[in-house]
Amino acid sequence: MIYCSNHDPPAPLFFLYSSQRNPATDLEQPKSNLIAMAMAIKLSLLLLFFLSSLIPTFSLFEDQVGFMDWHQRYIGKVKHAVFHTQKAGRKRVVVSTEENVIASLDLRRGEIFWRHVLGSNDVVDKIDIALGKYVITLSSEGSILRAWNLPDGQMVWESFLSGSKSSKALLTVPANLKVDLDSPIFVYGGACLYAISSIDGEILWKKDFTAEGIDVHQLLLPDGSDVVHAVGVTDLSQFDTYEINVRNGGLLKHASASFPGGISGEILPISSDKFVALDARSSILVLISMKEGQIDLQQTHVSDLIHGSSGNTVILPSKLSGIFSISTDTFIAFIKVTNEGKLDVMQKVDKMVVVSDALSLSEGEQAFALVQHGDSKIHLSVRLVHDMSSNHLKETVKMDHERGYVHKIFINNYVRTDRSHGFRALIVMEDHSLLLLQQGEIVWSRDDGLASVIAVTTSELPVEKLGVSVSKVERSLFEWLKGHMLKLKGTLMLATPDEVAAIQKIRLQSSEKSKMTRDHNGFRRLLIVLTRAGKLFALHTGDGRVVWSSLLQSLRKSDQCTDPTGLKLHQWQIPHHHALDNNPSVLVVGRCGLSLSASSAMSIVDAYTGKELHNMGPAHSTVQVISLPFSDSTEQQLHLLIDADKRAHLYPRTPEAAEIFQRESENVYWYSVEAEAGILRGYGVKSSCNLGVPNEYCFETRNLWSIVFPSESERIIATVTRKANEVVHTQAKVIADEDVMYKYVSKNILFVATVSPKASGPIGSATPDESLLVVHLVDTVTGRILHRMSHSGSQGPVHAVLSENWVVYHYFNLRAHKYEISVIEIYDQSRAENKDVLKLIVGKHNLTAPVSSYSRPEVTTRSQSYFFTHSVKAISVTSTAKGITSKHLLIGTIGDKVLALDKRFVDPRRSLNPTQAEKEEGLLPLTDALPIIPQSYITHAFKVEGLRGIETVPAKLESTTLVFAYGVDLFFTRLAPSRTYDSLTEDFNYALLLLTIVALVVAIFVTWVLSERKDLQDKWR
Amino acid sequence: MKPTIALLLLSFTLLFSSFSAFQSDELLVDDEQFVTGKHPSPELDLSVSSSSSSSSSIPSRSHYPSRSADSNSDSRVQFALEHAFGDSDDFSAAGTFTARLKPNGGQGTLTKLRFTRNDLSTIEKEKFKKLLENDDFYMIRVPSNVLNPPGRDYVISSVKARCLPNDGLDEHFIIHMEGVNILAVTYGSPGACGYHRQLRLPAKWSFNSHTVLKYSEQAPRRPVFSEDIGGGEMGEDEGVKPLEKSFWSKNWMYFIPLVIIVLNAFAQAMSMPEEQASAQTQQPVGAAVRRR
Repeated sequence: MIYCSNHDPPAPLFFLYSSQRNPATDLEQPKSNLIAMAMAIKLSLLLLFFLSSLIPTFSLFEDQVGFMDWHQRYIGKVKHAVFHTQKAGRKRVVVSTEENVIASLDLRRGEIFWRHVLGSNDVVDKIDIALGKYVITLSSEGSILRAWNLPDGQMVWESFLSGSKSSKALLTVPANLKVDLDSPIFVYGGACLYAISSIDGEILWKKDFTAEGIDVHQLLLPDGSDVVHAVGVTDLSQFDTYEINVRNGGLLKHASASFPGGISGEILPISSDKFVALDARSSILVLISMKEGQIDLQQTHVSDLIHGSSGNTVILPSKLSGIFSISTDTFIAFIKVTNEGKLDVMQKVDKMVVVSDALSLSEGEQAFALVQHGDSKIHLSVRLVHDMSSNHLKETVKMDHERGYVHKIFINNYVRTDRSHGFRALIVMEDHSLLLLQQGEIVWSRDDGLASVIAVTTSELPVEKLGVSVSKVERSLFEWLKGHMLKLKGTLMLATPDEVAAIQKIRLQSSEKSKMTRDHNGFRRLLIVLTRAGKLFALHTGDGRVVWSSLLQSLRKSDQCTDPTGLKLHQWQIPHHHALDNNPSVLVVGRCGLSLSASSAMSIVDAYTGKELHNMGPAHSTVQVISLPFSDSTEQQLHLLIDADKRAHLYPRTPEAAEIFQRESENVYWYSVEAEAGILRGYGVKSSCNLGVPNEYCFETRNLWSIVFPSESERIIATVTRKANEVVHTQAKVIADEDVMYKYVSKNILFVATVSPKASGPIGSATPDESLLVVHLVDTVTGRILHRMSHSGSQGPVHAVLSENWVVYHYFNLRAHKYEISVIEIYDQSRAENKDVLKLIVGKHNLTAPVSSYSRPEVTTRSQSYFFTHSVKAISVTSTAKGITSKHLLIGTIGDKVLALDKRFVDPRRSLNPTQAEKEEGLLPLTDALPIIPQSYITHAFKVEGLRGIETVPAKLESTTLVFAYGVDLFFTRLAPSRTYDSLTEDFNYALLLLTIVALVVAIFVTWVLSERKDLQDKWR
Repeated sequence: MKPTIALLLLSFTLLFSSFSAFQSDELLVDDEQFVTGKHPSPELDLSVSSSSSSSSSIPSRSHYPSRSADSNSDSRVQFALEHAFGDSDDFSAAGTFTARLKPNGGQGTLTKLRFTRNDLSTIEKEKFKKLLENDDFYMIRVPSNVLNPPGRDYVISSVKARCLPNDGLDEHFIIHMEGVNILAVTYGSPGACGYHRQLRLPAKWSFNSHTVLKYSEQAPRRPVFSEDIGGGEMGEDEGVKPLEKSFWSKNWMYFIPLVIIVLNAFAQAMSMPEEQASAQTQQPVGAAVRRR
């Protein structure tokens, strides 16, 4: 009752968020559904006021950071790595990743020294270190060159290289680069060769290769020479080498030789004057040698070289001087190139071996590393190039099989204490994690797969059982003893700093928030995230630690599944009362290829242990996964998977599920969005499939409705639906003057935004007159357009969120040159006459009438637009257990922060001069822009780099919602949009309360004794 | 006093002048031609036409629209409505929409939509009955472009057949248009059609059709603040003020407990004298007894 207040003291708007905001003002938004209730509510207002004045203010203080939020920084799967270990106090490795992050990592611990996220449209091509103090990065197909200061990551300079056409991007930093304006680094990008000063990034000269039509593959700078060699292919059939003067870019020599067989893949350099390539049919190896300005081609059949090899031959890109490696179907062969140009096969190794680049050791020696995968361990061997026969170093490292195979290896050498060569290897695993191996051990590891989260769901933790606690299982007796020893040491002040840290960790783990059991408030959960590598992680919401991780077998590369990608993550089994013996489980759906018609792969994973319970191999294709609101007797959720032929496949495949579905199939509808064609279609279930074999879990569907957007004026750019598990507390909204508006609450609303085709490009590509943004609200059961509205002079990108009966969307207004946020609220008019109390009492209302999509909706909409300063990456909305608490919009801004904006700011009913009643209701005066209040950034000091999505999960406590924002970084926090009105905060003074109670009891007792005595005296009188 | 007289005088003169003003006897054939503004009102034309029993009223039933050239500024457009019963996907002609095409901007817009339904044949009636029995879908489609049908694709809509029967068969079309393109057709019964639809056969097998043409509406613009703010007189032209509720209608609920308390108190007060009275009646008796 307390929280059902619908009357908000008319607090001045901008005091709401200041530090001295009155807690009573924020308990407003939830609306009661009956007017009659309002009476009781008003009576309880007084009580509410007293109660709420007990609640201290919610603003986050500096020392509260990390109390209920956590932030994790990642970099993604490493593409390139450059070590910087010579004469450096801090040994580090600079990496670039597939998430377009450049980072400098501590080689000792694996921590991030600094990091820059370049964004998805600025792909890093190459990185290198110049002059021992700059990190040089080439990105955006060789058009942006940047230098970063190695110690702190500050950008030193940046050059834009405007090429004429797209080409490969190559970067060559001379080994003997001097701090000298004349000593340049060389970049090939956009079909041009540039010499760029390493001091200030100035372009010294430029040589355009557009006219020559050459596709340069390699850029070589032999030691001590003044000539750059550009080696490439023209028209796929002619080798060309150009020699260019380092000083001025003048062309010194050009030689070419034609090769009619054609070239496939890359030209790989063997030495400064020898290259190797494969012909178009991958059957002939071509050795290209340059002698006195002439090109000499030598052809060798692969089959002659390696007997019994069949197709699929690829030259591996590892640069090993004097030798090269090719991979065939079954093995990898190392081939040596003699000075006379003869090819000798030196060794064959298993196909799963990963080879590093060669590393030059001191006296002209070169070494490279091989990694071989064994049973739950990996074998790392380092070999010298001139002596392939023996291993220079061989180490075996135990490896968690959940990390999969090794994908990449980078090696670095150091001088051991006995002056021999030691090697450390940085390896990238199948799950995108990064590990440093040294002396046969894993020095550190990073779970960088978490930088590419594609789907999130949550799971409850196990219920704490009496007797057997989960924490006991977690920690063995030895650990327990060790912990106590450590604590003893800590209290006796004998602990080293490392041990102090360990004690702190133990303390944190045993603290309330990171327990492995379900809590009363529902704050402790498991966040289950699916990453692009096909690995599932379970993160604890208390501290963000990885509880378990599992590399899904169904999403691993195999012969049947060549290019697996994860798609969706759904809750599969949510045990309630009678099925509590089962663990909850999640369903992972993936696809074995890039096209929509590729077959799909599925796994069902135990949410407590990460064990893969079922693994369904390649089956029908999957375009859409629909979680049906039905579950069978074991609480397994029914799911429909729609394939590319619009057939529906039912899971789980049990007769019981089929029976449930048959019963409900009449009322199952879904829709598809064909964005390219501009058509929305709705479907219903027709009959069982007719595929020759009877299949009771497959259903034919039929098209029930379609919406065809005119291709010349509208193109679909965004579609948003309501969250399936969203709870709406009340259908009625009590507005000023005790009037009621009924929300049109339907689970089947789809928001569709279309723009005119001209305006579908980036902002600025169309004039305001050409661009038109049209938004639609569509009922997905019948295909009715409930509302359609156009914003002239506006264009995308559109980000939207749909909740309850409203949609909020963000777009760009070209006329105002500003971003805008608009809101549409949709109300049901057919229930509008249910306002009469008398009718309610007599029962003449239609509040209990079933709602059907086939009834003609009488809806009205309210909308309003507001300017918004930021561009937006994602929009979400808070969700609570019962939907009573007021909502906040969570806006992921371009600065990778998450802003919480009270939904009241985007109320369409805001007017310039609100009446007294409207002010009482809490309606804010209309402003043309939405305020951005710095305190309402829920990420406070952190940034969620590369923000892609914001998930909200209701806690059991009504006032609180759990927010998980993911991108390259992960961020989790707990949010109470109307503050924690239903619980006492942690700093509540229990002692005072207790003292008061004791004092009251004493007072009662004393007064009782006194009154007894007085009574006695009275009777004696 | 003087201004009132002047005002009265003015109104009188106005009254009389309007009587004496020139009255055109021109017959206004198509008043919609004089509609100004680029965008037509969102809800353009509501024309109710029930298909009569005589199919002869349909002028020329062609599958494809024809633009007759007789009218000077705008032309007639026809497009067909087709329907299908249940699972079968073969659509057959069911009626014709007729409208005027007004050249408006680049494409033109439709006005004055008329709809004529064909009569249901006996086979169709049988099919429809079957639909009603099975609670299956009655599907309709129209071309997505009225000038060169079917355009890119047909716009399909469907409804559970049991929603339609009333006295006759009631149907309601809302055609969402953009220029000469049809985006979507909202099709269904005009009223409610709740779940657990009962099987009900129509009294007569003819359609009562309601058609509405809808164009997209412009998003409401916030007032331009630089112009609007600062004017003190702005409150005056706000239009009709919402009816302010009386003190009682707003705060009646506060008075209920008050009334209850008062009533309680009153009841207590009423019972008090009663008790006293009874006590008084008893006391004298006791006294009398004692006296005795």
